[in-house]
Amino acid sequence: MAETADAIHHHEAPRGFIRKYIFSLDHKVIGIQYWLLALVAALVGMTLSVLMRLQLAYPNQEFGFLKWIFPNAAANGTISPELYLSLMTMHGTIMVFFVLTTAPQGGFGNYILPIQIGAADMAFPRLNMLSFWTTFLAFVVMVLAFFAETGVIGPIGGWTGYPPLSALGEIAGPGEGTAVMLWIISIALFCIGSLLGALNFITTMLNMRTRGMTLTRLPLTCWAWFTTAVLALLSFPVLLSAGILLLLEHLAGTSFFIPANSIVNGKLLTDRSGGSPILWQHLFWFFGHPEVYIAIVPGMGLTSQVLSTFARKPIFGYRVMIYAIFAIGLLGFFVWGHHMFISGMAPMTATVFSLVTLVIGVPSAIKTFNWLGTMWGARIRFTAAMLFAIGFVSLFVSGGITGLFLGQTSLDLHLHDTYFVAGHFHMIMGVAAIFGMFAGTYYWLPKMFGRMMNETLGKIHFWCTFIGVNCIFIPFHIMGIMGAPRRYSLHWNPVTGEGLQYLQTMGPLTKFASYAAFFTAAAQIIFFANLIYSMFKGPKASENPWEATTLEWVIPSPPPHDNFGGHEPTVYRGPYEYSVPGAPKDYCMQTDPEPSESPESEH
Amino acid sequence: MGKALGILIWLLVVGVVLLFLAHDIWGSAQTWWLPHAISEHGAAYDSEFKITLVVVAIAFILAQIALGYVVFSYGANKAGRAVYSHGNTRLEVTWTVITLAVFGTLGVMGQRVWAGLHFNEAPPGSISVEVTAQQFGWNFRYPGADGQFGRTDPKQVDDSTGNPVGIDEKDPAGKDDIVSTTLSVPVNRPVHLILRSKDVIHSFFVPNLRFKQDLVPGMAINVHFTPIETGRYEITCAELCGLGHYKMRSFLDVMSEEDYAKWLKDRAPAQ
Amino acid sequence: MSTTTVTRPGAKIRPSGVGARGNGSHDDGRFPGGGGPPSGPGRSGGGDEFHPEKYRIAVWVIVVGVVMLFVALSSAYLFRSAWQPLDGPSDWTPLWRPRVLWLNTAIIIASSVTLEVARRFLKREKYLFFNRWMSMTALLGLGFLAGQFMAWRQFVGQGIYLRTNPHSSYFYLLTSLHALHLLGGLVALSYVTVRGLRFNFGVRQDAAVQATSIYWHFMDALWVFLFVLLFFWR
Repeated sequence: MAETADAIHHHEAPRGFIRKYIFSLDHKVIGIQYWLLALVAALVGMTLSVLMRLQLAYPNQEFGFLKWIFPNAAANGTISPELYLSLMTMHGTIMVFFVLTTAPQGGFGNYILPIQIGAADMAFPRLNMLSFWTTFLAFVVMVLAFFAETGVIGPIGGWTGYPPLSALGEIAGPGEGTAVMLWIISIALFCIGSLLGALNFITTMLNMRTRGMTLTRLPLTCWAWFTTAVLALLSFPVLLSAGILLLLEHLAGTSFFIPANSIVNGKLLTDRSGGSPILWQHLFWFFGHPEVYIAIVPGMGLTSQVLSTFARKPIFGYRVMIYAIFAIGLLGFFVWGHHMFISGMAPMTATVFSLVTLVIGVPSAIKTFNWLGTMWGARIRFTAAMLFAIGFVSLFVSGGITGLFLGQTSLDLHLHDTYFVAGHFHMIMGVAAIFGMFAGTYYWLPKMFGRMMNETLGKIHFWCTFIGVNCIFIPFHIMGIMGAPRRYSLHWNPVTGEGLQYLQTMGPLTKFASYAAFFTAAAQIIFFANLIYSMFKGPKASENPWEATTLEWVIPSPPPHDNFGGHEPTVYRGPYEYSVPGAPKDYCMQTDPEPSESPESEH
Repeated sequence: MGKALGILIWLLVVGVVLLFLAHDIWGSAQTWWLPHAISEHGAAYDSEFKITLVVVAIAFILAQIALGYVVFSYGANKAGRAVYSHGNTRLEVTWTVITLAVFGTLGVMGQRVWAGLHFNEAPPGSISVEVTAQQFGWNFRYPGADGQFGRTDPKQVDDSTGNPVGIDEKDPAGKDDIVSTTLSVPVNRPVHLILRSKDVIHSFFVPNLRFKQDLVPGMAINVHFTPIETGRYEITCAELCGLGHYKMRSFLDVMSEEDYAKWLKDRAPAQ
Repeated sequence: MSTTTVTRPGAKIRPSGVGARGNGSHDDGRFPGGGGPPSGPGRSGGGDEFHPEKYRIAVWVIVVGVVMLFVALSSAYLFRSAWQPLDGPSDWTPLWRPRVLWLNTAIIIASSVTLEVARRFLKREKYLFFNRWMSMTALLGLGFLAGQFMAWRQFVGQGIYLRTNPHSSYFYLLTSLHALHLLGGLVALSYVTVRGLRFNFGVRQDAAVQATSIYWHFMDALWVFLFVLLFFWR
């Protein structure tokens, strides 16, 4: 029996708790699942960092509760060096993968992209569900890695997992055996989940836009999610390949990364030869650099969206913003060597990478200028979401600008692997990108759950967090300039005289950063309390509480199962038509027809 | 809210500037900056650093002040509607060109010290020292009076009998090799290091030298620098190498030629 | 005309009467033209009509992803083959070339040919011929896998395993990853073959065959690339 082109299968709303909330095909439920996963991961990651800062501030203090949580690794009430390193490894891994690569793209992207382009769901709902559960499984495996070896908590190797340390197995030290293998497997699963997600995002953006939604009428959030998906598609397979090679080093005794004649712990290894540790770095950073753009680009799109909404102004330079995101994405594939200047790579290669790296700062600067331009002459409504978007701009400047130091090969000679680098990437990923997530939550929670968050608590949350993160991470730069190396559980112990003498005077900076960290972590309680309360008991939200223009604000809060209630919305305008002269209100929805507009005409 | 936020951002600028100037302003914060430079390229490094700092500071201050300004000035309670503008192409081109020129110049300038250190080999007359890192210590090998490094054999590596780098006992050139756990060099002479590792990646970092280089198993990496001031300076490991990473500290001792000759003589193995 | 009230952020909001819940079966003026069946391809809509292009886009996206995986591993292979150890000569000892691999290459190229023949018959709606040629393609695909298995067994018989030498490591890794991806393609081939044998033709079958073909030809080209890389470029 032949089918006709118009055969329709019903997209009925699911019934039953499991189909509705657990194994759901609805992109909105899946988006919320990703977002919740990221919130849980963020709590875990933040706790790990607080423990690290505790050790750094009080290296001699015994804490009873540490003995209770880590009976083996903190048996005397202080965090042992191996425990510190595994906390650090898990902190980085969980934050980069399960928070920054999950919520902005998988969370908000999944929820909002189909709606903003006027579709009823993603192109492949089943694949969408599969990609979430794969990611969830990856998180479970990562948590298992915590418990893989006694005496340590998880793998030791940093989130970058450089071999031979990560490839030699247990002879290289605790946390290098089973824990590393589980870590690799978790990351491999995460790669697959991300790739499936990227497939969905790209296909949906290209294929499922509604009538009148031309490419130049797409909100910048959609462009950001699309670019991020392309970056993921091109970079995650490379990480997967590196992970496969590393796993084979453990399981099959291969020598991809381990050279001949290694003498580890007094033992000469005769069964390995010819591997190159630098090969891992090339593969890892070829992924790793686009990865940091995957972490920040959705936040950039979101910032454009939120700034425009609450400034009541169109985004300044819409097309330039798109080109800038493309430039960042494209150039991002040609700078990976700047993580490896002093790795043993050929010095001329380093120079080439350095020059390209400095160029990639240009599109980021342009975006910053455009955000400033968007707010110039505006009429800003200072909602919590807007505060976090403004905070994003400030932190993006602070974090990005130190890249001008690190991108120069010469300056990197001193600054590589110091706290200066840690300050740089924390400002830009650990703070700016997180602010993007906060902005997205305050902005879209009303749509997702049909309830408003408390604005006063949101403002307090912003003030505490913005001040707090600056207090934590700006001092990191000074510590790095002084020459404080990364990944040290102890820089200088004033009581025992142990440590690096040249850092004797760094104590106040270390302590200050730690206090700021404790304060900032505590301030997040305000956010979580506000969130949990508002999700269930907040005042009901209308469809467009922010008086915004894009398609998600056309439908009820929360939206019906098929988003647009069986209709196909028609788009007549660009995404940021605020304060249009002569218009009755200071915003025009994308679906508002102009007097003599037809859907197909280009804007 | 806008006014308060604007002021907060300006205060942030003030705070950051003060912190970065602290080493100049307050006596007790003197060391909150680059440590004293003792290498020949140190002055050039510090000059590149300062130029970059000035550029970054200007960009940082201007951007944050502009942000504070728009936030301060353009609250919703201002009369009238917002300016309806989709952008300004000329402005975009202008600031793109300026940014590209500035960043590009920094990039080119930023290769100078690197090129001086890495685009050529160690000059003649250098002291050659072979550095072999391991979990968790440093081994510095000197060629001895014959000026030749003895052959090494991995099978003969034995920390407990004092042969951590595995000098082949059959090679006569190795008989006078000196292996030390600290690095001693004479002042004002180029130092040529051959960097190796026994097990995992380590990194040789001396902040006072403004110098860092990874030591990669399976590779022998050649680097050189010239210390121009005597003294004792700390060497720290700057690549995570296991749980003893934070303890992997040694010393660079820069001394006069006479002291250096004496140091070598004191350690020469009995012939 | 919409009756939804627009509110200032933070104000208490009473649920609006329009569009607040359910599957808006009313027309509140926000969707001019109502919800008729969307015209043309590539439109989302209230119902879920079949959009064949999305499968084509999806399979190209998959191809790009798989390309990146093999680009990464091929680069690693090239990097490794050029690596000079510190002491002694290069330890790069490439494996000999089993003859069965020539046969496998011929088989997979043939399968691409039979696939194309099948596709053309499908376009002309010659379903019986389509079925015959598609079944042949699936069988050839199976034959390729069997042939790869034979090649592995030959090496194992000589005591050459994954860890024996760097060339063998990359050989086993690249060929098994390729075989794994090819297996996926074989599943797709079987799916369209069985559908055809059940005379389940129409737009869905067209889209499935198109997507499967793109992927299968890619698997073919990838094999030729790997064969050349592993046994000729060395």
